[in-house]
Amino acid sequence: MGLVTLALRASFLLLPERIQLPALLRRALPFVPAAVLTAIWAPELLLQKGVLYLSLHNERLLAGAAAIAVAWRWRLTFATIAAGLAALHLFDWLL
Amino acid sequence: MAPFGLVTGVAMVAGGIPPLAAMAMSVVVYAGASMLAATQLLAAGTPLAVILLTVVFVNLRFMMYSASLRAHLAGLPLRWKLAAAYLLADNAYGLAIARFTEHPRMSGRLAYFLGAALPIWLTWQVAVGLGIAIGAALPAQWRLEFAAPLAFIALTVPLLRDRAMVAAALAAAVTVIAAWALPMRLGLAAAAAAGIAVGMLVRRRA
Repeated sequence: MGLVTLALRASFLLLPERIQLPALLRRALPFVPAAVLTAIWAPELLLQKGVLYLSLHNERLLAGAAAIAVAWRWRLTFATIAAGLAALHLFDWLL
Repeated sequence: MAPFGLVTGVAMVAGGIPPLAAMAMSVVVYAGASMLAATQLLAAGTPLAVILLTVVFVNLRFMMYSASLRAHLAGLPLRWKLAAAYLLADNAYGLAIARFTEHPRMSGRLAYFLGAALPIWLTWQVAVGLGIAIGAALPAQWRLEFAAPLAFIALTVPLLRDRAMVAAALAAAVTVIAAWALPMRLGLAAAAAAGIAVGMLVRRRA
């Protein structure tokens, strides 16, 4: 993991000036973090044991929604995570 | 930077990574989002090849930073280029590129970069260390493993600044669920590809 990441970081620093980032990659790059990270966190909220669980009984979904709302409004890392965890326990207790 | 480091430390331990391994990972890799992603995927039993591929995708932006800084750090001996590469982090990059763009001929660019990047590195490692210690000490009933997806949400949501980005995230979410039946190796890649493709398409129409 370390080697791969270092290779990415060093890549262009070490390559000669002629080699540029291909235009397609440059256009795609802004979308990569949002797409990849969402692909990782979405199942945590929406699935239960591999099955889609869209229900008001899904406390992870509700807690996640709360976290998204907090992140949308305030963009604060710690507040988002704290709110999400608090909401998780709250909904767990309520449901 | 520090709160995110703290959370990363906690989430890694809560996700089952042994404390020493987690600290080692933080020093060797030094890229929070990818470390969290790896933790999640490891816990889900994902094959190593898929984990590595995901790490590459999550860290792809470093390639962009590298390309962007190349002109400013050209002419440095190889060992300094590698050192600078290792220390490349989002904040460090932001500070450095702003400064170099404003003062393209300034002397001591390496010194400036190191001055920005080293304190960030140190803060990060300390935060992660603290997070690991806290995470190892707190009870499992706190369900701190949920901190990992929450951290991703905290990272993703601020990125969704226009329709194209929202579309990309939605496409990725829908695809990963729909593709869940496929072995994990295809579902994640398909979702990333779908998200990126949709994002680019929506942006074209904007």
